[in-house]
Amino acid sequence: MPVIILILALLAIGVSGYIFCRYRAVASAGGNTRTLHSLPGYHGWHGFIMGFLPGVAVLTLWLIAQPFVIEGNMGRFFDPALFDSDAERTLLMADVRRVAEGLDVAVAQGALSEEQARMIRTEFGSVRDRLASVGVALGAEVTPEVLEAAQSYREQAATGALWRTILTLGVAGVALIAAIRLTRADFRARNRVEAVILGLLILASTIAILTTIGIVLSMLSETIRFSTMYPIGDFFFGLTWQPNFQGDSDLGLLPLLWGTLYISFVSMVVAVPLGLFTAIYLAEYAGPRVRAVVKPLIEVIAGIPTVVFGLFALITVGPLLRDWLAVPTGLGSSGSSVMTAGIVIGILNIPFISSLADDIINAVPQSLRDGSYGLGATRSETIREVVLPAALPGIVGAVLLAASRAIGETMIVTMGAGAAAKLDLNPFEAMTTITVKIVSQLTGDTEFNSPETLVAFALGMTLFVITLGLNVFALYIVRKYREQYE
Amino acid sequence: MTDATAPKSLLAQDVRTRRRNAAEARFQAYGIVAISISLGMLAIMLWTIFSDGVSAFRQTTFSFPVTLEAERLDPKGNRIRDEMAKVTTIGYTNLLNASFKAHLEARGIPFEGVDDKALAAFISRDTPARVRDMVLADPAMIGQTVTVTGFTTGRIDGYFKGRVTRETAAVDTNISAAQLDLADRLVDAGIMRTGFNWQFFTNPDASDQRPEASGLGVAIIGSAYMMILVALFVLPVGVAASIYLEEFAPKNRWTDLIEVNISNLAAVPSIVFGILGLAVFINFAAFPQSSPLVGALVLTLMTLPTIIIATRAAIRAVPPSIRDAALGVGASKMQMVFHHVLPLAAPGILTGTILGLASALGETAPLLLIGMVAFVANYPAGPFEGGFLDPASALPVQVYSWASRADPAFIERSSGAIIVLLAFLLVMNILAIVLRRRFERRW
Repeated sequence: MPVIILILALLAIGVSGYIFCRYRAVASAGGNTRTLHSLPGYHGWHGFIMGFLPGVAVLTLWLIAQPFVIEGNMGRFFDPALFDSDAERTLLMADVRRVAEGLDVAVAQGALSEEQARMIRTEFGSVRDRLASVGVALGAEVTPEVLEAAQSYREQAATGALWRTILTLGVAGVALIAAIRLTRADFRARNRVEAVILGLLILASTIAILTTIGIVLSMLSETIRFSTMYPIGDFFFGLTWQPNFQGDSDLGLLPLLWGTLYISFVSMVVAVPLGLFTAIYLAEYAGPRVRAVVKPLIEVIAGIPTVVFGLFALITVGPLLRDWLAVPTGLGSSGSSVMTAGIVIGILNIPFISSLADDIINAVPQSLRDGSYGLGATRSETIREVVLPAALPGIVGAVLLAASRAIGETMIVTMGAGAAAKLDLNPFEAMTTITVKIVSQLTGDTEFNSPETLVAFALGMTLFVITLGLNVFALYIVRKYREQYE
Repeated sequence: MTDATAPKSLLAQDVRTRRRNAAEARFQAYGIVAISISLGMLAIMLWTIFSDGVSAFRQTTFSFPVTLEAERLDPKGNRIRDEMAKVTTIGYTNLLNASFKAHLEARGIPFEGVDDKALAAFISRDTPARVRDMVLADPAMIGQTVTVTGFTTGRIDGYFKGRVTRETAAVDTNISAAQLDLADRLVDAGIMRTGFNWQFFTNPDASDQRPEASGLGVAIIGSAYMMILVALFVLPVGVAASIYLEEFAPKNRWTDLIEVNISNLAAVPSIVFGILGLAVFINFAAFPQSSPLVGALVLTLMTLPTIIIATRAAIRAVPPSIRDAALGVGASKMQMVFHHVLPLAAPGILTGTILGLASALGETAPLLLIGMVAFVANYPAGPFEGGFLDPASALPVQVYSWASRADPAFIERSSGAIIVLLAFLLVMNILAIVLRRRFERRW
């Protein structure tokens, strides 16, 4: 039974549980629902939960476990030496799965009977051609071992599917009967239903943690695999980045890190003064009407997708800087450069800094300002000498958060910074960043068995650690140096 | 101190005061300059993109009669579809080119200086393929004379949009001034006209050689599928997590850990979520690459922190007196939350969700990693026929992939796609603002 039908069957069992339990509860109270411990609806929901959830749990566990069990059984078809290395095994298993799926498709289309699919042998004609005739393309001719393994795979999958159906429906049925038997007038259905709901709420709130664990584990495991193929010291301290898909690559992080930091620095030079002065003006000088117009307009910048900024860098800012600055001064001839990407990321970050700084400046109590005015200070003197020092920790935090965003920005640098990894001081040269290289090493490639692709995970890990570190540091500064006002 | 010096007029400012006042004026001017630069940049960006992109919504088409000659299209003369399919697109191209030339001669439109090859360059490579599909679908059409309407090629089209001029044609080997003269004459004769380009919204992507035929159809469907799935995933999970954290969670280390996690995830670069999606959903769980399902899962994990933060704010805004009243008349805590707090917080939650979806709609980087940048020429199936697993594109990714193509006609397409994307974002944001205005409650 396909999984989707099985889930629908479980839903049907759940609904019948709702009807049965509700009916039984009302009947056991003799129609007078006031004598029930819980409202009839709760009895019904208890029936639904019992009929649906245990079955779903069994099904989920089975779906997760089955592939592992079957792949574990595949070992006997192949030379144990082949099966030892991780990469070889992944490739073999992918082959086996593809052939098995191909046979399934062939059976479904009627090109092969179930019997033929089980008996097909490589000795009598090409399996690849037969499968190609039903639209399943295989990369290479099927070896006898792979075919045998694939047939065994299909058999085990079919057996597994049968047992899956029996077990799931069996568990659901038993739980349903238990729920109906439990239902009596004094049964505390509401408490049990609420406990289950609470469990679901807790489950939902742990997804954030699971995501973090998933990020760390997926990147860590591939980074460790990378370190077995490529000396990790060379990765962290190498000065050249020259990936070569034939092997023998130089995968040094430093040129990428330099490009990332340089571009982020340029972007901060643009964003910090503009953002800060915008915030100061809006918080201290602007009247309510100017503020009501300008603040949303500035925040429009934050709502525009980064790919739009990328195109802006590519077709407007890049050529403009090249034709008016780089070429006349003889500094460069490329439209994509550190300057292009840095300026555009800076614009992107203006609203981020200005709205954070605006909130922080507004949080400085009015009494401080009044005290300063009372001593005869002008407004700008008050802002510089009183308001900004009081707001400084928050502003530093905002700037650090903006820097972390600049470091992690992808689309603008992909479209505006170029692809050449180099250690150079000239801001009109094309340089590249960690994020650009993650995109270029991973796009369109999912066979993770060469250092050239796996390096993307090491780069991702580096990026994750840097941005996380900056965020934690920003929060630490804000907490530690925050002034407490009564 | 100053009392001791000679008395000065109170009406005239001394040097120091003047300096301080000048500093004050300067400081205020810095603020105005900063705001002007920021808004000026925004205006320039939107202006360049709109002026580049508006022309994508207009396209030059031609139409002229073509006799579908049997000896060319059905050499065996038996009208059997499989036999006719042996005539490739090249056969149809030759027929169209010959008919085009014949039509010009019949109408008496001079085309000296334009040889056969240059004449053929008027007709998009898309058209023969479409005519072929049409004929194969209905073999009875053979022998009839039909009016074929199709796109002209990108260069000719660019001439009517100002992208190609006589100066650029002089240095471009793909187009000549004679062709442009002929194009003018064709417009005068009514064979070519420029009109609104509906196919920009419906056509799938097209290959490098025929920018004129490319459209946003697959990208719009892909983005719509992803938004539907993201809304379905993120709303229940986000609301459930927020309810737990606001209403039930005890103050302990576990809760703290969750809180720190959520705020940190909100600041993780989006590309890291792409790596996660590639490793977990595609490599480990073996979901199909470039499918809207995987895209939606990645975007869900990415927007979840934003939604949780917005939802918690909405729940916190419901005054405690409502909770106390519900508990006072004997509701359980669960009933209090689901019967009273949640309905009152619903407008706020909805607003936050729409804004979260808007930011997910514009996200590009993680989708590149899960393969949505691949060239997809087929529409995904309907949502109930497994369409969520078919390869699809997405609006922001389409912007990126068009921007990286060589033909300058794709820049116009890319900017046009941005206009469509921004229009969707604008609608979502206006919807959120209207919802907030309409249902906002002050307690």
